[in-house]
Amino acid sequence: MGWAFVGPFMVVFVLVFIAPVLYAFYLSLFQNQMVGGDKFVAGANYLQALSDPQFWDSVTRVAVFLVVQVPIMLFLALFAALALDSGRLRASSFFRISVFLPYAVPAVVATLMWGFIYGPRFGLFGSLNDFFGLDLPEPLSSSWVLAAIGNINTWEFTGYNMLIFYSALKVIPAELYEAADLDGAGTFRVIRSIKLPSIRGAIGIASIFSVIGSFQLFNEPNILKALAPNSISSYFTPNMYAFNLSFAGQQFNYAAAISIIMGVLTVVVAYIVQISGSRKDA
Amino acid sequence: MKNNHRFRRVATAALAASLLVGGLAACSSPGNAGAEGATADDIATALQTETTLTVWGWAPQLEPIVEAFEAKYPKVHVNLENVGTGNTHYTKLQNAVKAGTGAPDVAQIEYNALPQFALSDALVDLKDFGAEELKDNYTESTWGSVSLNGGVYALPQDSGPMAMFYRADVFEKHGISVPATWDEYVAAGKKLHAADPNAYITSDTGDAGFATSMIWQAGGKPYTLDGNTNVSVDLQDEGAKKWTGTWNQLLKDDLLAPVTSWSDEWYKGLSDGSIATLIIGAWMPASLESGAEAGSGKWRVAPMPTYEEGKAAAAENGGGGDAVLKQSKNKAAAYGFLQFANGPEGSKIHAANGGFPSTTADLQSESFLNAESAYFGGQKINEVLVQASKDVVPGWSYLPFQAYANSIFSDTVGQAYGSKGDLNGGLQAWQDATAKYGQQQGFTVSTK
Repeated sequence: MGWAFVGPFMVVFVLVFIAPVLYAFYLSLFQNQMVGGDKFVAGANYLQALSDPQFWDSVTRVAVFLVVQVPIMLFLALFAALALDSGRLRASSFFRISVFLPYAVPAVVATLMWGFIYGPRFGLFGSLNDFFGLDLPEPLSSSWVLAAIGNINTWEFTGYNMLIFYSALKVIPAELYEAADLDGAGTFRVIRSIKLPSIRGAIGIASIFSVIGSFQLFNEPNILKALAPNSISSYFTPNMYAFNLSFAGQQFNYAAAISIIMGVLTVVVAYIVQISGSRKDA
Repeated sequence: MKNNHRFRRVATAALAASLLVGGLAACSSPGNAGAEGATADDIATALQTETTLTVWGWAPQLEPIVEAFEAKYPKVHVNLENVGTGNTHYTKLQNAVKAGTGAPDVAQIEYNALPQFALSDALVDLKDFGAEELKDNYTESTWGSVSLNGGVYALPQDSGPMAMFYRADVFEKHGISVPATWDEYVAAGKKLHAADPNAYITSDTGDAGFATSMIWQAGGKPYTLDGNTNVSVDLQDEGAKKWTGTWNQLLKDDLLAPVTSWSDEWYKGLSDGSIATLIIGAWMPASLESGAEAGSGKWRVAPMPTYEEGKAAAAENGGGGDAVLKQSKNKAAAYGFLQFANGPEGSKIHAANGGFPSTTADLQSESFLNAESAYFGGQKINEVLVQASKDVVPGWSYLPFQAYANSIFSDTVGQAYGSKGDLNGGLQAWQDATAKYGQQQGFTVSTK
């Protein structure tokens, strides 16, 4: 009887989640060559990936991105959510919608838009340099491009995370604030002792989403690559590497192995984030 | 009951195993049905029989060609499908070939991607249909591009002999004469940039198609193919060094506009003259007219500069033809379509719709040669472009995995562009990465 209830879910789950993962794993055990065809190679693709400098280069890059961009974005989102929740803003609904709006812009459009802004000669950066006689660094040069992508992502997702935090703040019972008021707690004391502890769950969720998002970085660099082909390599992020291996190089099997490794790595890191977030409860 | 369960499990396992084996078998032999030729009579009959052909391609000229074909052969219905441009198209085609089903009857394939499909046994050798007789209808370089390993794997449609497109107004303003050699070109670049720091002789941020064409013009033959599996890659040959010797000077002195081709900034530069020349294929005029309207009347065409004064040399840049897939069930009708689309009738429609032909008859026709282009200030540009097609250096070939090699160009040579370093070092890195991929794909690769 129980199966009848979960059946519809299980069917979809197996079809769209379990089956593709198993198929990717199955693919990753083979090798296909233009000369020689298919052959079973067991774990050879995995061994190759683990000693592939290009793969590790891409993993390191998203790890750096994660460590720098995610805290900045979450801090900004938290700040915006607390400001909204404080009730001291004028036109707070306008503020809320305008911070959230970038999230509603499709990532592709957002990246193209920022690509034009970053343009060194005819873009906004070029114009600023010309007009004020500045010498701003080129955002699309190879040393700045990761920061430029971080900026796009922060712009896109701060509003989304703000909304998660804000909705968590909204459900804090008013009695707590009244009690704090009676005890003579100031604004910052309320934030530290009531608001932050209450939304820890929401912060944890937002962190995990952001970790996963960072590891899956693909759209922004892949689109900017058209504008800055020499700054963004074909193995800039693990996802781009897998994509280019399979669709430009027909190395579906090796790409499958890389995807599986990345999947496992993401799960491990997300789990570590979750553990370290919940340990503070104890 | 228990037995029943076990039976079911065994049956499922067996079914799964047979599916897997079936899948593998389908992967390994993409239709090796042997030589299937047809005589001219067979083809004529096939074109008078009720048939449906599927054609994949993105060239805008295909649409009017298909219309004319259907009008002439009403019994043959053509499904023209645009599944993507360039690499997207090849990925889908490759997937269909690999899957053993789902490929079209006819596909548009550019010259640099042709070896990949021909050598992986995806295409029909058109010699079996008598294509060899058509040899003289096409330019030497395009016919050379479709002839691989003793077979003919496509009929040429368009071609892209390279020429130098330049801004007459910019040259005149700064008193620069039109360069005929690469040394003069570099000197012109220096003079222009010194006179106007916002102006550049050309733009280049690294492009595999451009680099290979430039090496081609310089007489390099970096890729050679011996049989189906022996490949040699030598991006350090004399031709490659000649090109880097010139291009390094432009790169080091910041004389190349740091603007990526086909970007908005690029078209802006072509419109306002801050990019003063383009070394590019003969198909460019149509793109200039639509993308850089403000440049109308200011552009002109001249032969590509050369290394030795007075010794004309050019290369092909882009262009492609149409091929028949081995999966096709109507090969005779499909070849009939090729004969029409890539023959005299189709090539006229192609040229009338802004394409640059590969057929000698069209290239020599008076009306084509004498056409005056308003965009080019009334210049008879086809005279220059047709001459370029005759000056193409013979003997070039691409790799059987050129699409992948081109996709990693920016990882290797692009780094030299980015750091304004030595392009030779970049080419060496590209050669190594390309050779490594070839070996992984089972080729015997030799490098120098």
